[in-house]
Amino acid sequence: MTAAADTTAREIAAEHGNRADALIEILHQVQAALGHVPEAAVRTLADALNLSRAEVHGVVTFYHDFRDKPAGRHVLKICRAEACQAMGGEALVARAEDRLGVACGGTSADGRVTLEPIYCLGLCATGPSAMLDGEVVGRLTAPKLDALLKGAGA
Amino acid sequence: MTVRIYIPKDAAAIAVGADKVAGALKQAAAGAGRVVEIVRTGSRGMMWLEPLVEVEIAGVRHGFGTVEPEDVAGLVSAGLLEGGGSLQGHPKALGPVDKIGYLARQTRLMFGRCGVTDPLSLEAYRAHGGYKGLERALSLTPAGIVDEVAKSGLRGRGGAGFPTGIKWKTVHDTAGEQKYIVCNADEGDSGTFADRMLMEGDPFLLIEGMTIAGLAVGATKGVIYVRSEYPHAIAAFNAAIAIARKAGLLGSDVASSKRAFDLEVRIGAGAYVCGEETALLESLEGRRGIVRAKPPLPAHKGLFGCPTVINNVLTFAAAPFVLAEGAKTYADYGMGRSRGTMPIQLAGNIKYGGLYETAFGVKLGELVDDIGGGTATGRPVRAVQVGGPLGAYFPRALFDTPFDYEAFTARDGLIGHGGVVVFDDTVDMAKQARFAFEFCAIESCGKCTPCRIGSTRGAETIDKIMAGEGPDDHLSLVTDLCNTMKFGSLCALGGFTPYPVMSALNHFPEDFRRTPRMPQAAE
Repeated sequence: MTAAADTTAREIAAEHGNRADALIEILHQVQAALGHVPEAAVRTLADALNLSRAEVHGVVTFYHDFRDKPAGRHVLKICRAEACQAMGGEALVARAEDRLGVACGGTSADGRVTLEPIYCLGLCATGPSAMLDGEVVGRLTAPKLDALLKGAGA
Repeated sequence: MTVRIYIPKDAAAIAVGADKVAGALKQAAAGAGRVVEIVRTGSRGMMWLEPLVEVEIAGVRHGFGTVEPEDVAGLVSAGLLEGGGSLQGHPKALGPVDKIGYLARQTRLMFGRCGVTDPLSLEAYRAHGGYKGLERALSLTPAGIVDEVAKSGLRGRGGAGFPTGIKWKTVHDTAGEQKYIVCNADEGDSGTFADRMLMEGDPFLLIEGMTIAGLAVGATKGVIYVRSEYPHAIAAFNAAIAIARKAGLLGSDVASSKRAFDLEVRIGAGAYVCGEETALLESLEGRRGIVRAKPPLPAHKGLFGCPTVINNVLTFAAAPFVLAEGAKTYADYGMGRSRGTMPIQLAGNIKYGGLYETAFGVKLGELVDDIGGGTATGRPVRAVQVGGPLGAYFPRALFDTPFDYEAFTARDGLIGHGGVVVFDDTVDMAKQARFAFEFCAIESCGKCTPCRIGSTRGAETIDKIMAGEGPDDHLSLVTDLCNTMKFGSLCALGGFTPYPVMSALNHFPEDFRRTPRMPQAAE
């Protein structure tokens, strides 16, 4: 894994000409390829972009999108911002937590589903909103949520 | 004649099944051996009707909504594929779309094409008035363009409302080998989606607006920072850039003018604070989105230390109209110092939610009760948050406030990016105040103490109030803390979090008076 992460990170950085200002794009690509940003990739990117490890680590931890551990097989993000709150979004978060047996932000014990909060998908007139593996879902209801979870094998 | 059917591919429409409806229609057409032309458009902004299917009947577009995939069979047997039959009597028929009151009452200077045309058809864009603004801009001197924008009274649509003409003039007057145009498309405010709709539904308008800005200030490079939560907008905008480049509207010789301007899309990574302009610039340079102290202003030292115009999507999108129709035509709309139109976004618990572009001056109550139709749940409206998570909560008593920068400021609120989030009478305003602090704590960049520490202490103090612990002492503590955050924070995140908190406290004090509870008592 470490060697693979090193090679992947080095290749992606090279695609961007090892430019430090492209770090966020590079991290997006590394995460897309590896599922997360492992410590080995942080070390490689620091070397390739001529940054300190602290600088790369700082960026990885600053942005909510980047994870340092692999996610579950499916990632369900439920909007917790005001427009969705007004439509009962919080009850759906609680329901998903209950079904998956994890607090929002965690991964179910069987590793199938990671449940994450998201603050606004820009679908605020068709809420509550969610995103399952990149697919947007609007007008979420309890039955619709159950169907999504069932589809994800939870 | 081939029947033309329009189905949105706006993310909000897709979220409620537009792709499935389009798929079912294609299948039905193939099964019936009919050739139909399905045009995927942006959204008209009438979100409660999505998916909204439109069919051209005798040159007029008739709407059907809300169309579920299960409705397709019925629509087909009513004559959808032939564009006639008994279609107009179908239970989901809405009649001619342009005649729907919600749409007919708007003043769409900016969103006129959104939902009407194929967003990636340059031909359709031109046929509906596109690139006339650029054409006019190319006939003017850079100073002439800046002057036109200044005279229009256009102010920054991201929230701050800073006069766009002054910003552009500053960059125009600042010497620099390289200057940049940066578009802030990090639309993180809950209750707002106008930027997203525009990027998905009429991306050439933003390209044209940014190009005009580039010509005005002498910038050859433009960067648009889009949040990662908007994958559809990113895809649409990238596709539009490629088309514009191929057509010679971006690149080294824009529209054969010998002037260069090109665009690049950069993607955020889920940090709300990057909507703050200096944090956004840090992020574009590949760093943590830490707010920069001002001065220097981005207009003097912005991206990579170069003079930079940084504006919101809607500010750039207003420029083509201003140039094409003239500053005066634009400035004739609006009230006071708020000129032109604002795409207001009606969201949350609202019956007729969506995008409503209108001249400044419309009253908040008219927006919520009349245009928005009250709540979706049918319960009374109790509070309305205007301007995103950093905006104030308004009670019914303030519904006579006109939509205008100064009028909202006078009532300790802000219009921000034009989001209006409606709550019914089940809302607990102490919880909303707590959330404002909590959100600030989650999203704080950490540079200044009032925001970094104050947000966490604020949430803790509201917890005590909610538990009924010494409410008087804790309420005065929250008030004091809000003052510190308001005047001591470096940017609007910490500086404006007091708006939702204090408005909840001032307008809904009854929600903060609780009898002490046992710690283990359930909610």
